[in-house]
Amino acid sequence: MGIVIRLLLPLLVLLPLFVEATPWNSPYPKGETADNTLFSAFSSPPKHLDPLLSYSSNEWAILSQIYEPPLQYHYLKRPYTLEPLTLTEMPRITYLDAHGKQVDANSSAVAFSEYHLELRSDIYYQNHPAFVKDTTGQLRYGHLSVEALEGIESVEDFAQMATRRLVAEDYAYAIKRMAVRQNHSPILDSMQAYIVGLERFSEAITQIAHAKRALGEVLDLRGYAIEGVKVEDERHLSVRIKGRYPQFLYWLSMNFFAPIPWEADCFYQQAGLIAKNLTLDSWPVGTGAYYLVTHNPSQTLRLRANPNFHSAYYPTLTPQEAEQMGIPTTMLTDGGKRLPFIQEVVYTLEKERIPLWSKFLQGYYDASAVSAESFNQAVSISASGRMGLSASMRQQGITLKSAIEPSIFYLAFNMADPVVGGYTPQARKLRQAISIAQDQEEYISIFMNERGIPAQGPLPAGIFGHLAGKEGTNPIVYRWEGGRRVRRTLEEAKRLLAEAGYPEGISAKSGKPLTLYYDTTSTGADGRALMDWRRKQFAKLGIVLVIRTSDYNRFQEKVRQGTTQLFSWGWNADYPDPENFLFLLYGGNATIDTNGTGINSSNYKNPQFDRLFEQMKRMPNSPKRLAIIRQMLDIVRADAPWVWGVHPKSLTLTHRWYHNLLPHAMANNTLKYRRIDASLRVTKQTEWNPPVLLPLLLLLLVVLLGLRWLYRSYEKREQSTLQGDH
Amino acid sequence: MIGYIIRRILYAIPILIGVNLITFILFFMINSPDDMARAQLGAKQVTPELIASWKAERGYDRPLFFNETVEGIAQVGDTLFVQESLKLFLFEFGLSDSHRDIGADIQRRMAPSLAIALPTFLIALLTNISLALLLVLFRGSVFDTTMMVVAVMIMSISGLFYIIIGQLLLSKLWHWVPISGYQSGWEGVKFVLLPILIGVVAGIGSGVRWYRSIFLEQIHQDYIRTARAKGLSELRVLFWHLLPNGMLPILTGVVVVIPSLFMGSLVMESFFGIPGLGSYTIDAINAQDFAIVKAMVFLGSVLYIVGLILTDISYTLFDPRVSLS
Repeated sequence: MGIVIRLLLPLLVLLPLFVEATPWNSPYPKGETADNTLFSAFSSPPKHLDPLLSYSSNEWAILSQIYEPPLQYHYLKRPYTLEPLTLTEMPRITYLDAHGKQVDANSSAVAFSEYHLELRSDIYYQNHPAFVKDTTGQLRYGHLSVEALEGIESVEDFAQMATRRLVAEDYAYAIKRMAVRQNHSPILDSMQAYIVGLERFSEAITQIAHAKRALGEVLDLRGYAIEGVKVEDERHLSVRIKGRYPQFLYWLSMNFFAPIPWEADCFYQQAGLIAKNLTLDSWPVGTGAYYLVTHNPSQTLRLRANPNFHSAYYPTLTPQEAEQMGIPTTMLTDGGKRLPFIQEVVYTLEKERIPLWSKFLQGYYDASAVSAESFNQAVSISASGRMGLSASMRQQGITLKSAIEPSIFYLAFNMADPVVGGYTPQARKLRQAISIAQDQEEYISIFMNERGIPAQGPLPAGIFGHLAGKEGTNPIVYRWEGGRRVRRTLEEAKRLLAEAGYPEGISAKSGKPLTLYYDTTSTGADGRALMDWRRKQFAKLGIVLVIRTSDYNRFQEKVRQGTTQLFSWGWNADYPDPENFLFLLYGGNATIDTNGTGINSSNYKNPQFDRLFEQMKRMPNSPKRLAIIRQMLDIVRADAPWVWGVHPKSLTLTHRWYHNLLPHAMANNTLKYRRIDASLRVTKQTEWNPPVLLPLLLLLLVVLLGLRWLYRSYEKREQSTLQGDH
Repeated sequence: MIGYIIRRILYAIPILIGVNLITFILFFMINSPDDMARAQLGAKQVTPELIASWKAERGYDRPLFFNETVEGIAQVGDTLFVQESLKLFLFEFGLSDSHRDIGADIQRRMAPSLAIALPTFLIALLTNISLALLLVLFRGSVFDTTMMVVAVMIMSISGLFYIIIGQLLLSKLWHWVPISGYQSGWEGVKFVLLPILIGVVAGIGSGVRWYRSIFLEQIHQDYIRTARAKGLSELRVLFWHLLPNGMLPILTGVVVVIPSLFMGSLVMESFFGIPGLGSYTIDAINAQDFAIVKAMVFLGSVLYIVGLILTDISYTLFDPRVSLS
């Protein structure tokens, strides 16, 4: 025992020396958390950082900090409101007839709308090697040889950087890039229907791009022009749209319309840079509040405040306005202050939820979403159903922010199916009966941890046309009783089912039970539980539900071909306009009629709805538009092509040192508004993460004692062997 | 021996073609080029024109195995299988479906994979051999029996359990090391400690049992009896006589895995956020990125074949009775 104590004592004395002020388990380099740096995570590597290509929220979360399209959403105003970002004012819109003559906005002769954009004069790009010019005015890094690229692994490795002012041509250049078919812009086909001359330009420039690429030449788009996109001078640009398309303003707030400097486009077309993964798809060049300094999609992305960022200030609201819009007063304290507040942002790849959650609790991430695994630890539901923070979270000073997402998840009927589809009164009643029987409240409680609200139609809260209370209630599925929605009874559903020709779920014609088929990709334990629940909902009406499971590719194929009967699907809004939801039910977008490309996957076609949609989509928000939307909602509720499922609710947890985080379902460039108190963060991280040394000491003790015992045993054996030998 | 190695390399060519063929068939049974395009281009606004241009640019518009639109040898040559396979045999991995250079990505990701796999391999080897020798030393004792029971228990538990328990205890509760993450250089040591420890512990059961049985086979040999008869201590007998002779079967199992260490660990890298080749492969499978999947399968096969050749060579080095011809 003496030897063990002799070995352990020095260790006990020395151990405190290793216990530094920085916690051992900090995943960041020493001292980094004391800087004005935000620490966040991403769950899958971004596929694209080219604004032309990127169309997913995890990529936009990064890209939108770097690129600046002409417009942005006001951070605080509700409902969501657009405002100029790089423009001096909102685009001026003029209306033209077929001959190009200006006409009144309400004229029936309107053939084109022209959007006039005036740029601010104080906007400069981030520093970048693409802008560096030599003494003759040529791009210094425009023709890089293999030797010149030795030792260059990132854009930051270039010896020289420069900037230049944002000009109108950069926005035109972005639209021209979009037109090159080889660039695979996801919105090219949609935009061709609106931007005058884009389709013709696309055909021509695609040929040119093909020829240039075959020869290994760089394609500089400055020498080409689109008929409907005119650069008037360095600060003025106009875009001509076919007919009226008020939603075009929303598109102007998306990264697809972010400016692309020709220098960067030409710079990144060099083969030597492509071979080193240095492309515009991985190293963006923007005018935004931040620029990318580290791009390692398998590990870390790092943004740094752009030293050339133009003047921008935290928005202001009066307390009355804030109260009216439901904005907490804590969000107003930084009003008028220069942006951005945070100097660096570090995104770390976290594929698994457990490490992500643990690091958040340890203070190493400043904010976290609430996943299904962490829900019970983070959130408590009161007896009245109110959602709040759990006691342990409150104790840690964590705050919870929730918002209804502009999304919908629904159960779709294939309207082309002979059993569940069709527009006869019987078919409608069958779908209505099924809609009543699907207990969405139970679904939200069991499978979503109350993180959602039952949908009353296709429009979620925050979208023009969505109505709350009695007015917004779907009368087919709910009754309004005692100031709240009450799901209609199973008896009512059964009555409808009987009227549809299936009393107690038995076909009156064949005498056989009604059997329906549900296509899904759900597998595994969670999937099985969900499918069991789904079967029970149909069994309540005596309907047999057969689950057909397939992989995602086959599932998509079935939906495209219209060979499904029932399936679940979802939609995330691109912009906060009812058109962006109601077009999911527009007959012209029916999947089976559009070779699988239409967005209307339930193949719903109601001429009256379609007529109203055509009328509504070209209108600005107004009481007249609202009246039309209400008519449309009445029609689809009665036809019931979907079981109006769920609008999900996002939950975000933040530490007490993280300020100005306001959930905004549309805006992505919101990092510039956020602020952190790094010194408080360091204090709390140290307080929450002291190394627990007792288990280490006990382990050492056990090992040493074990070794001692083994040594003794060995010695004893050796001695007994010797004695035996003698 | 050189002739033998050349022959083995030539044998490898049909094996690699076979592996590549199986990869092609399995991948394209599940994913059509249209599916791949959709996976890359996203769910929204995907038109047939967009899919067609995506496929044309990456060569996925070619038939898989037989091209009816051309004549002669091109009917086989101008196909996706031949075009893609030929480049692989030249170790030209090309661009991924998301247009990143696969060769550059593999080079960058190899180091993190090795940072976990190599120390795990070496420490596990050392630990397992030491423990096995210890058990042989105390064979038949309570210690030996207890350790064998523990070894079976360790073997019976899923590797995921060790990861979760390791992260819970060492990172979450005791705050010794970061729960996940990676950094290169000395700063990164704290990130690899836990995965290495888990890798060693998870493999200890099977390793110790296997090595123990190898050593026990040797312990009753005449040369051991002779060594004891010379009056050598038991420790000296074990380390100087038993260990070198027991190493040959150990080498058989060990050398073959050395090249595969470059490929990383699929699960470990994913759980610990290690940006290695294991997670690269998993990401590619999830993203339906065929270019990466086929490159990684090909690379894995090549490394496995290299491992087998190295094993054969190592026989000749450790056992003078063996010669390659």
